[in-house]
Amino acid sequence: MWAVGRMSGFVALALFTMTVLLGILTRSGRPLLAIPRFSVTLLHRNLSLLATVFLLLHVGTLLLDSYAQLNIVDVVVPFLGSFKPFWQGLGTVALDLVLALVVTGLLRHRIGQRAFRAVHWFSYAMWPIALGHAIGNGTNGGNGWFLAGASIAVLLLAAATAWRVSAAFLETSKVRQGGLS
Amino acid sequence: MGDTLHIDWTSCDGRGLCTELLPQLLARDDWGYPLARHGDRTNVGIGAGDSQAARDAVALCPRLALSLKTAP
Repeated sequence: MWAVGRMSGFVALALFTMTVLLGILTRSGRPLLAIPRFSVTLLHRNLSLLATVFLLLHVGTLLLDSYAQLNIVDVVVPFLGSFKPFWQGLGTVALDLVLALVVTGLLRHRIGQRAFRAVHWFSYAMWPIALGHAIGNGTNGGNGWFLAGASIAVLLLAAATAWRVSAAFLETSKVRQGGLS
Repeated sequence: MGDTLHIDWTSCDGRGLCTELLPQLLARDDWGYPLARHGDRTNVGIGAGDSQAARDAVALCPRLALSLKTAP
């Protein structure tokens, strides 16, 4: 249980990293090399659901593990845990955010674009919170190999976010910024 | 009149997914917006062979700008 709980945490974090990167790419309206836009969107959605499965595995196994000493309240309410309550609480916040993101994502056609988007912005908060939880709470959080991988992920996400707010972000930004001739 | 794919122009942002899924019906203008190849530009007529692709486009449109209108 302990080993599965730890590994699934890594896998979930890696998959969420890819999900956020693909989400930013899909927002730009660009295809990825030979992958068309609708496939990038589907990849973004399916990877996020896969990541959520690993996240549920991560939480579920550690909930059943006697060493982790989690109880059901810690899964939903942050900062009450017995071991490193702050860092564990970050994980709880990330989990709650992920659940909100998944539910609003799946109900997008029902709740409408405005509500979906308002909630979806929180994915930018979810990722750093989850990373903080991994570094602060994870048994390997301070290891060199983990911090090296985490640094690469942070650089990728920072670059993608900088691109996201840059003027050249949209595929059509050049034409749309051009004046009428 | 057959089924039509309605484009809500107040929502559309020209992300280009529908023009990929329905290339035989929709071209893309210079700004990325879908441009019907023939007929009505807002209620685009779809044939029987395009109905699945049209449903995919409605489901995947990142702006929820598409809806299907079935003929009575």
